[in-house]
This record gives sequence, C-alpha cells and structure tokens, in this order.
Amino acid sequence: MNEDLLRELTPQVLGILVRRGIEFAAAEDAVQEALVEAVRRWPDAMPDDPRAWLVTVAGRKMIDEHRSVAARNRRELQHRLEPDAGPTEQADDTLLLLSRCCHPDLTPASAVALTLRAVGGLTTAQVAQAFLVPEATMAQRISRAKRTIAGQPFARPGEVTAVLRVLYLIFNEGFTGEVDLAVEAIRLTRQLAATTPDPEVGGLLALMLLHHARRAARRTPGGELVTLADQDRSRWDTAMIAEAVGILQDALDRDAVGEYQAQAAIAALHDDAARAEETDWVQILEWYDELVRLSPSPIVLLNRAVAVGAADGPLAGLKALAPLDTTLPRYDAVAAWLHEQAGDTVEAARLYSVAAGKAPTLPEANHLRRQSARLRA
Amino acid sequence: MAKYLLLKHYNRTSGPDWLPGTNVPMDQWEPDEITAHVEFMRQWADEMSERGEFVDGQALEPAGAFVRYDGEGRPPVTDGPFPETKELIAGWMIIDVDSQERAYEAAASLSAAPGKGGRPIHEWIEVRPFYGEPPVVTE
Repeated sequence: MNEDLLRELTPQVLGILVRRGIEFAAAEDAVQEALVEAVRRWPDAMPDDPRAWLVTVAGRKMIDEHRSVAARNRRELQHRLEPDAGPTEQADDTLLLLSRCCHPDLTPASAVALTLRAVGGLTTAQVAQAFLVPEATMAQRISRAKRTIAGQPFARPGEVTAVLRVLYLIFNEGFTGEVDLAVEAIRLTRQLAATTPDPEVGGLLALMLLHHARRAARRTPGGELVTLADQDRSRWDTAMIAEAVGILQDALDRDAVGEYQAQAAIAALHDDAARAEETDWVQILEWYDELVRLSPSPIVLLNRAVAVGAADGPLAGLKALAPLDTTLPRYDAVAAWLHEQAGDTVEAARLYSVAAGKAPTLPEANHLRRQSARLRA
Repeated sequence: MAKYLLLKHYNRTSGPDWLPGTNVPMDQWEPDEITAHVEFMRQWADEMSERGEFVDGQALEPAGAFVRYDGEGRPPVTDGPFPETKELIAGWMIIDVDSQERAYEAAASLSAAPGKGGRPIHEWIEVRPFYGEPPVVTE
C-alpha cells in the first residue's frame, strides 16, 4: 500500500523541488533518499501529509549534502525549500519530468532507467533486477544519464514524441523480473494521459491496454508462446479492452492520427474478433496503409505483408513481401506463414526452420521449430 | 538494451587466424607484461561498469572434463581432463548495451589488451548475442 503511494508521490515531490529551482540530478538523489527513509519510518509513524513529509525530508537530505558549502548558500537553499505549498504546487509535472528523463541525448537504455527511477519511483535495485544487470551497473547508468542531461535546458513540454518512445520501450520489455514493466509503463502513460491533450498519448495508452488485455492468453503455463490466432480468447480481459477502445475513440475524435493511434486501431480490430476467423483483415489492412503513410518503417511493411496475405490471399501477401529486405528480423517467419497459407508446405517447413535459426528470442525459436516439425509430420 | 557474451578462447583451433606475430602464449611473457594485462582487464571491467554496461566477467580454470548421463541408476560418465593444448573457453564478459555496434566496439577494446612487449594482443573475441524476451507488441 505504502509502496503504491510512494511511487505516486515520487514525481510530485521531484516536480516540486525542480520547480523551486533545485538542480534535477541533486533533487532526484534527494528524493530517492527520502523514499528509503519513508519505507523505514512510515510503517511506525504515518505522516498526516505524506507529500509534504517527503518534500521536507528530501530538502533535509540536500542540506546534509551541502554541509560543506558556504552558509550563505545554505540559507538560500533553505529558503527555497521552505514548505509553502499552495494551489500552484498541485500542478502536474509528469510531462515536464518525463521529457527530462527521455531527453534525446540519452541512449534508450539510460532514458528507460532514469524514467523508471525518477518518475516511476522504483529503487535502483528494482530497476537493476528488472533488466538483469548488477545494481552497481544500474547505479552508474543512472548517474551517467543524469550527468548527460545536467545543465541542459528542459525540453519544451510539447515534445512528447521522445517520451512516448521510451514508455513504449518499457512496455515492450514486458515482464522479466519482480517488477512488472508493462504495468509500470501503463501506469506512467495513464499519468501522462491525464494531463496531456496530445491524442498520441491516448493512442499509446490504448495500444498498451489492448495488448495487455491478452496477456493471460499469450503464454502457456510452461512459458511457450501462443500466437494470436491460437489464443484462448475467453481469457482476454474484456473490461480492459472496452476501456482501451473508449480511450482510442476519444483520441481519434481529435482528428490528429499518429502511429500509436494507428497501431492501437489494429490491435483493437484483433481484440474485437470473438474468433480468429472473424478478424476484420480488410480494415486492419487499411490501418496498415495509414501506418505506412505515417511511419514507413521496414517492420511496418513486413507486418503489412501479413495483413495483405490475410485480406487478399497468400499470393498477394507474397507479392507485398517480395520487395522487402530479406535480412529483416522475422522476415523468414512471415514468408513461411504465407507459403503455408498458399499450400506450399515443403517450402513453408524449410522457411520455418530457417526462421527458427534466426529468431531473436528463445520462445519464438521453439515456436518456429514446432511449426516446421508440424508441417514435416 | 541487449546482452552479449564476449568469449575468450585458449588454443583456438577454429575461427579466424591470429594476426602474424600476435599469438604469443602467456608463458612467454615477462612478469610485468602479465601484470599489465591483468590490470587492463580489471580497468576494462571498471570502465564498462562506469558506463552502466557491465553484467559479469569470469575466468575459467584450464582443466575441466566432459560429463554425460549414462542411463537410470548409473553414475555419470566422464571424459577428460584434456591436455591444455585442446581448444577451451578461457573466460567471458557479459555486457548489456544499446546496439550490436556498441557490443562490437566493446569487444574490440577488450582485444586491445596489452601482451608480449606491451603491444595489443589483437585477440579475436567471439561475440554472441543472448536470446531476449519476446516483445509484447507483435502485430
């Protein structure tokens, strides 16, 4: 319970300090220390105003840190930290802080780590555990990130693109350790969506929820992948899907379609089919065409070839695949599936086997091996 | 954000050839040269850690054995130990980096470790990506 509260308060407290003119890196360190203190002391003595308590303790941590500096500076710092919480303090700083943590000068890994700690309120140990690296390495990654952005002006809050990319990365990491990164990404995106009118934020939130709703069906109890077509759709979270569709509809109504909204629309069409055979591939293909117009990446073109195959038949799909680079990740898997649909099981079995050898993850490799074995049987 | 294994081999018999004059066995180095090499490895790991990219580094004893199952109720079958002239894995580093390009750069810097005469050994490092987790979004 306390942990949820602490994680919710983390960006608020950090935002208050930063708006009082405290340097981001120092403020972030102090907030982390205050969180550790809260975990230790709150179970015995819960403060009346937890946020004010954290601001005060973080301030004291910074003063401790500055013991060696001149007294005049200390008084100045103390003045800035005077708790004078008024209505303006309620302003939401989520976007401000996120755009700081997702600064374009940071590598994706650094931006992800910094976001999870500074805005997500996770400890360094939790972030390290989520990415299976030693805590000391993660601590260095975070301080290096803070050094990189030190002294840089805050990005204009309007620039959400970099922030959305980082949140999407966190979501796509899924669930590897004790911290559920997908849930964390949804929580942060929800916070952002509550205060940012940009329809792409809604688009990304809807996209996350539409995929998260299928999570229970995505793996067997043994951890093997279950493809969308084979999933037990009764295990999808229909309430979550309904919520996501509402969010997506609101975003689309604002008439500024972007790639996350288009991807969410595709996911929504999949989630809308009670059985795989009822999937509206024609509409899905239309959204892929939109997505190609918005961001014509090779991966999008590859996924579009699958949609072409399902909507217009496997030969059309193979034709859409033909101009693409054969070294694209998962190219062989798509080619295998299209050949299988076209009835060429020998070629399909061969391609599934080739795809298994190149798969970037073990569950995919095993899945593709089984596909190949199934066609050879 | 992907993990790579950087493998160091002893007595490699497969893979690319050493650059001429670089494959000098360690027992022919001066003591100071060995110290400098070991110090380089320690610093390399420190630098990788400082960059937030270090996961693990281990060196292996040269001697080991092959072991296999031999059927229900039977003791394991072993073969070896083998002479040190046989190809072996000497040790590894595991790094967590943003790109394959960065993994290669790190491997090349490891291969610049000083050897005989203080010159870089130009050792071939085998770079192997770890399998990752399947992405959540697939369509």
